[in-house]
Amino acid sequence: MQLMVCAGNSCRHHNSEDVITRIKWRIETDEELMNSVQVIQTACFGLCASGTIIKVLPGNIFYANVKPEDTDEIINEHIINGRVVERLLYHPDDQKVITGTKSLNRKQIRIALRNCGVVNPENIDHCIKHNSYLAMGKVLTEYSPAETIEIIKKSGLRGRGGGGFPCGLKWEIASKNDSDQKYVVCNADEGDPGAFMDRSILEGDPHAVLESMAICGYCIGASKGLIYIRAEYPLAIKRLKIAIEQAKNYGLLGVDILGTGFNFDISLRYGAGAFVCGEETALIHSMEGKRGEPTNKPPFPAQSGYLGKPTNVNNVETFANIPQIILNGADWFASIGTEKSKGTKVFALAGKINNVGLIEVPMGTTLREIIYEIGGGIRGGKKFKAVQTGGPSGGCLTEKHLDIPIDYESLTQAGSMMGSGGMIVMDEDDCMVSVAKFYLDFIVEESCGKCAPCRIGNKRLYEMLDKITQGKGTLEDLERLKNLCNVIKDTSLCGLGQTSPNPVLSTMENFAEEYYEHVVDKKCRSGHCKSLYYYVVSDELCVGCGACRRCCPVHAITGDKKQIHHIDPDICIRCGECIEKCSFDAITIELEPKRVTVL
Amino acid sequence: MEKIKSYEELKALRETLRIGRPDKSSEDKPVRVKVAMATCGIASGAKEVLDYFTAELKKRSVSCSISQTGCMGYCYAEPTVEIILPNREPVVFGYVDTVRADEIIEKYIKTGELVDGIIPTNYERR
Repeated sequence: MQLMVCAGNSCRHHNSEDVITRIKWRIETDEELMNSVQVIQTACFGLCASGTIIKVLPGNIFYANVKPEDTDEIINEHIINGRVVERLLYHPDDQKVITGTKSLNRKQIRIALRNCGVVNPENIDHCIKHNSYLAMGKVLTEYSPAETIEIIKKSGLRGRGGGGFPCGLKWEIASKNDSDQKYVVCNADEGDPGAFMDRSILEGDPHAVLESMAICGYCIGASKGLIYIRAEYPLAIKRLKIAIEQAKNYGLLGVDILGTGFNFDISLRYGAGAFVCGEETALIHSMEGKRGEPTNKPPFPAQSGYLGKPTNVNNVETFANIPQIILNGADWFASIGTEKSKGTKVFALAGKINNVGLIEVPMGTTLREIIYEIGGGIRGGKKFKAVQTGGPSGGCLTEKHLDIPIDYESLTQAGSMMGSGGMIVMDEDDCMVSVAKFYLDFIVEESCGKCAPCRIGNKRLYEMLDKITQGKGTLEDLERLKNLCNVIKDTSLCGLGQTSPNPVLSTMENFAEEYYEHVVDKKCRSGHCKSLYYYVVSDELCVGCGACRRCCPVHAITGDKKQIHHIDPDICIRCGECIEKCSFDAITIELEPKRVTVL
Repeated sequence: MEKIKSYEELKALRETLRIGRPDKSSEDKPVRVKVAMATCGIASGAKEVLDYFTAELKKRSVSCSISQTGCMGYCYAEPTVEIILPNREPVVFGYVDTVRADEIIEKYIKTGELVDGIIPTNYERR
């Protein structure tokens, strides 16, 4: 008999360590139990609100909310007498999902990540065994290009790079533009801070992307594919190269693929990691060897793209969905998700969350389900504050948004956006003004400099935010901040500038009181802004040893031997050195300075 | 490598691979060990774990196939390893270092006895 006890971070907060210790102690002191029962610690079962979770095998019996004092009952009743303890039983809605070592909570459906973590990406045989290139074969032999486009259109697949443009429509436009040469481009220039969806797909299942690009080439009439990938992803590049070579050896890429007369070749183009090159026109310029700067649309790449030829640009994740749509049908795909957003979305779940991970959920899943069930809740049992989606172009959503079903429209309506799938969770220790400042810092670095609103405007935004975090902001600054945000949004050339003020606008909207506190009260409630908190020596605890005075790099600490010391807040640089050195815990961080009058 | 000349040949190849090619493919042994080797996994030590499994399983004469895969999605518990025993559901183990790898070989692979660090799989594959 096996007892599987959840030792995930969230259950630890529900005292799972004590539960485990108590069970182990009980079993180890009983020889009969020692021989028949095994205790196994597991990671998160995804039922974090009901911790501690214990699962008993055989029988797949789940116990929830188990306290250390309940363990004896489980052992006496269930293990010794074979009677299930009804009182602690967890009743899942769906019995079939709980067999073996599966989690109770399986909100995730893997379509784009289907083979990720399953196949060996460097072995094409292994990938073919798991259905790689089957969709391509089916399309090339059974469907016409128009029929294939119709399937994609009907499936409702929308661009996963962030914009959400219908994929089938994009292909149709590209297919209707006549040209001697067309191009299929895969946008693997993943640049959002904290996002790693595309990298994981390329590293885990590169053939899915290659296969899809060939399908796209067949549909729009292109014989050349290009993958624009950042040089910062060496492993993804290595695996793509291996995959392309193996596919060519099998004749799955190259000339006369599968005897159908269709030719398609794929090569790689490396980006140097500029964020703006994720924008499709800038990406195309970068591939042509020009500066990575965007140009006005129209002309759209579908009309005049790479080398002036019609070009279809799709994101990695969009491509990764295509084979499954072809194999399972448009109706199957359209049955997953919400009315306007079909299928699933991959998110890189990061930040102050217990189960950081790569997840794929159906559209329409709520943020609450993602954060508290799949993500296992906030790290350290702290309070949830905000979740940032859409990277530097997105916004921060708050507690009141936790129950909205995620799709392209609902996120935009809530003041954020889908983006490429980065999802950064923040807790009460994060200062929202600083978060906005962080993203602006990123944007200032990454703005290509072509248009003035983005180049100069974002820099000014950053300076204003910096002023506010230093406690020097005024109410007029807040007004100017908002105005400038709107000007940048309205007048920038490309998507980067048009969305870059979003982190500021959404934090100003959802956390207005924090901005006011910084400006009016000169306080930062999370204790994050260096200029707005103070190191203070306690009168009761200080013994006047002088350790802090001697280590202070800026000589901000004064005090005679065996006298209470004092830190001058105007000189202090908040390096924290003195806290480390103090053996008496006499120095603390406070939101109010302590002023002493020197006699 | 022989070129695949038609859709039929591709499907036939897939079928052969499904049934298993005992002659050469190393993916077809009854016991299978998969180590998640995406950038993040390698950064947390998956390469050492993969090397350890390769060396030790050979040394301890356990007949099995070892392969690398991409990201399994459990970033918080890297390095992660999936073990597939015959006629049993795949089990994923997290936080695998060489000490835990040794335990996995001795207990789970050799005797089928589960050990600490199991990650309950939390997704469906469609």
